Amino acid sequence: MAERRVVITGVGIINALGIGREQYFQALLDGTIGIDRIQAFDPGKFPSQVAGEAPKLKMSKIVPKTQRKSIKLMSRDIELAIAAADGAFRDAGLKTRGTDPDGPVDIDPVRSGVNIGAGLICCDLVELAAALEHGSENGQFSLRKWGKEGMDWLTPLWLLKYLPNMLSCHITIIHDLQGPSNSITCAEVSGALAIGEAYRNIVHDRADIMVAGGAESKVNPMNLMRQCLINRASTHYNDRPEQACRPFDRDADGNVAGDGGGIVVLEEMEHARRRGATIYAELTGFGASYNFSKDFVEPEEQAIGIRLAMQKALREANLSPNQIQLLIPHGVAVASHDRSEAQAIKAVFGEHTRDLSVFATKSRFGNCGAGAGAIDFATAVLALHEKKIPATMNCPNQPAEYGLNINNTKPIDASIDHAMACCYTYGGQTAALMISEWV
Amino acid sequence: MAKRRVVITGTGVVTPLGNDVEQMWQRLLKGDSGIKKTTLFDASTFPSQFSAEVPNYDHLADLPADMHNEYRQAGRNSRFIITAALQAWRQAKLPFPINERPAENIPANENIGVYLGAGEGPLDFDNFAAAAVNGWQNDSNEMDWHQWAQTALERMDAIRELEQEPNMPGAYLARLFKLRGPCMSCLTACAASTQALGEANELIRYGNADIIVTGGTHSMIHPLGLTGFNRLTALSTRNDDIATASRPFEKDRDGFVLAEGAGALILEELECARRRGVPILAEIIGYGSTADAFRVTDQHEDGRGGTAAVILALKDAGLSGEKIDYISAHGTGTVENDTIETKIIKNVFGDRAGHIPISSVKSMLGHLIAAAGAVELITCVLALRDQIIPPTTNLFEPDAECDLDYVPNHARKAELNVVMSNSFGFGGQNNTLIIRRWPSSL
Repeated sequence: MAERRVVITGVGIINALGIGREQYFQALLDGTIGIDRIQAFDPGKFPSQVAGEAPKLKMSKIVPKTQRKSIKLMSRDIELAIAAADGAFRDAGLKTRGTDPDGPVDIDPVRSGVNIGAGLICCDLVELAAALEHGSENGQFSLRKWGKEGMDWLTPLWLLKYLPNMLSCHITIIHDLQGPSNSITCAEVSGALAIGEAYRNIVHDRADIMVAGGAESKVNPMNLMRQCLINRASTHYNDRPEQACRPFDRDADGNVAGDGGGIVVLEEMEHARRRGATIYAELTGFGASYNFSKDFVEPEEQAIGIRLAMQKALREANLSPNQIQLLIPHGVAVASHDRSEAQAIKAVFGEHTRDLSVFATKSRFGNCGAGAGAIDFATAVLALHEKKIPATMNCPNQPAEYGLNINNTKPIDASIDHAMACCYTYGGQTAALMISEWV
Repeated sequence: MAKRRVVITGTGVVTPLGNDVEQMWQRLLKGDSGIKKTTLFDASTFPSQFSAEVPNYDHLADLPADMHNEYRQAGRNSRFIITAALQAWRQAKLPFPINERPAENIPANENIGVYLGAGEGPLDFDNFAAAAVNGWQNDSNEMDWHQWAQTALERMDAIRELEQEPNMPGAYLARLFKLRGPCMSCLTACAASTQALGEANELIRYGNADIIVTGGTHSMIHPLGLTGFNRLTALSTRNDDIATASRPFEKDRDGFVLAEGAGALILEELECARRRGVPILAEIIGYGSTADAFRVTDQHEDGRGGTAAVILALKDAGLSGEKIDYISAHGTGTVENDTIETKIIKNVFGDRAGHIPISSVKSMLGHLIAAAGAVELITCVLALRDQIIPPTTNLFEPDAECDLDYVPNHARKAELNVVMSNSFGFGGQNNTLIIRRWPSSL
């Protein structure tokens, strides 16, 4: 069997900078920051009160008529994934049951699959609290009352909104994708791992098209509270939201929640060529490893797991470190994490670190959890395709020991042959993806 | 690219029928039930008042004393998989605890990975409910977020929140065994650990790892888990006859029984296992993964996706349907699943369908959700070893639409060389695995 190559032909993005590839990348070039005081709920008593919130979605405009009944089964995470997948297919110029409900489709459903990274989906607390109230007596929750009558106040299909595989499942149903279907749940590295696995599905001839990525809303009370409880959230910039997310800066203050998703269409190269698709770039390598940590939150000092993921991705792409011009790091803006990631970057790239452009995206729209790695991958693809590297914001004072080449003024023109997106998560999982100019 | 061969060299379980592979297996062959009244919380007024719980045990007992602090606070699902994975790791004669220098013939730790079908850790329900009830304003029917945040900050615990993340069980295993290979988790509902095994198999086949600790772990026996399934009316409500509540393929079946636990397997590249001289338990030869692409609430009525998964797995194994000697069914005991699974088997095997023994150990163990597929594949390994098929219990009167050979009520001796295990996830994700007896007589 001849080696099968995998190219990226469609990009769908939604986050605080907007909806769709063009709006998103333009906002990156314009220097826009999408982080603001939280609107979704009153964050007044939360230690962290800022976030990158994506626009509200009108799902009836995205979901075809025949599937509209399912809209009420979609949590925010599911909505974000569906919107990003719809954008990716349209961007790829592929006709599916979802994009063209009345017309002929041009995908083979059994050779088309999906792999969407998902987070621990938070249930709608307002909906649940209203029901739990029916299970309480004199202000105390009672399981007996809940079992007898309280739970009847929850809609029968309630659970389906919160199963992490539903991001993938709704997408398979809307677009009629009957090939391999997986849902990676590795917290913030989910989207990157999903894209890596999907890429291998195509290389190993299990599919010709894979729609892959991740989506999550971290902007809800429960998720924000979790980040606050593990002392990872930004708390000192509540009055200056735009400055809150400061990856690799001396004054890095913590993670800023985001909601969003990134989903790409991966396609076997000959398949894309035959239909005359626009090819943005080629996916040439994937590596995954694991970072040790005592408490699963604080990073491994030397970040050997991040280093190994990057080295495995380079090896698979048959590239040496000095061939890479752009790196999108995970850059969560928690000082100890940034320091450890910088260590890993230096360990892999050595002297070339000076010349390697680093663009830390989260300064612009926050950390979209399971969507984060996929958005970063898509960003690297777009930068390579547009030959432009946007500026990292809020990083005026990088500690000298990091030694990264972070451009923090305005976008630069750059001819990029190879770019890398790197990702890790609390828990310890790591991943890196190689993106190369398609020739 | 040539595919490398993948074998199973270790197995381990934590289940309602025992935290030891042999004990679970003997009880399954006898037809024991692990289903009892729910004790983990007060479910006495719930529509379903029973489940299959893992009896209390000390997950630290298997660990050296100097590790206890690091693992004491592991969530329930992480505890299960730590225990199961240690059994599998030791059966595979891998060294533990790991020394800095790898033992002879053991692959470098960057070539040993983890792939789990892991469920989320149980919700910290009492504190979660307290915050919700405190924050809720009855007069205005809205949430006071100040009140909610205050209660949450006072009562919620950082570790218990972190333990709910579904990547934590895999994280514990990577740390425990000091692994630097790929560390993946998927959560494709009831098909998750079958999918994890299939994808782990792919990683080894194509050289992305030499050894993978794989399987699944889950516990949804908590108030909101039970609530969710009860509201879906997916669970049996046979409160007056708990022992026979799980009735796959039976005429009066009324839903599945919620269970918890973990199953762990060591998958290993064949030559690696040979070099190490470790006993090989079985070979994985086929895997198929598909989507129904039909409805999130129902399986495709003709079993389109499940049929395709079985066919893909056969094709992957390079076998015709003639060679399958036994099918470990998804067999949940819901009206829909068992009818459609029967159709799937008929779609694929045609006239031969009635001659293939099929059974569902969920009749005895209940449904371990994300962990179900891994535990079921372990029963397939044992069936190959002992040449015996575990029964489908509580099969008093078969459904007219379920008219195949489900090995009713009693284990059965049989000549088994190649067996298949099916898992179909809620939402339409279907996964099938095929394994072969070792040494192979084919």
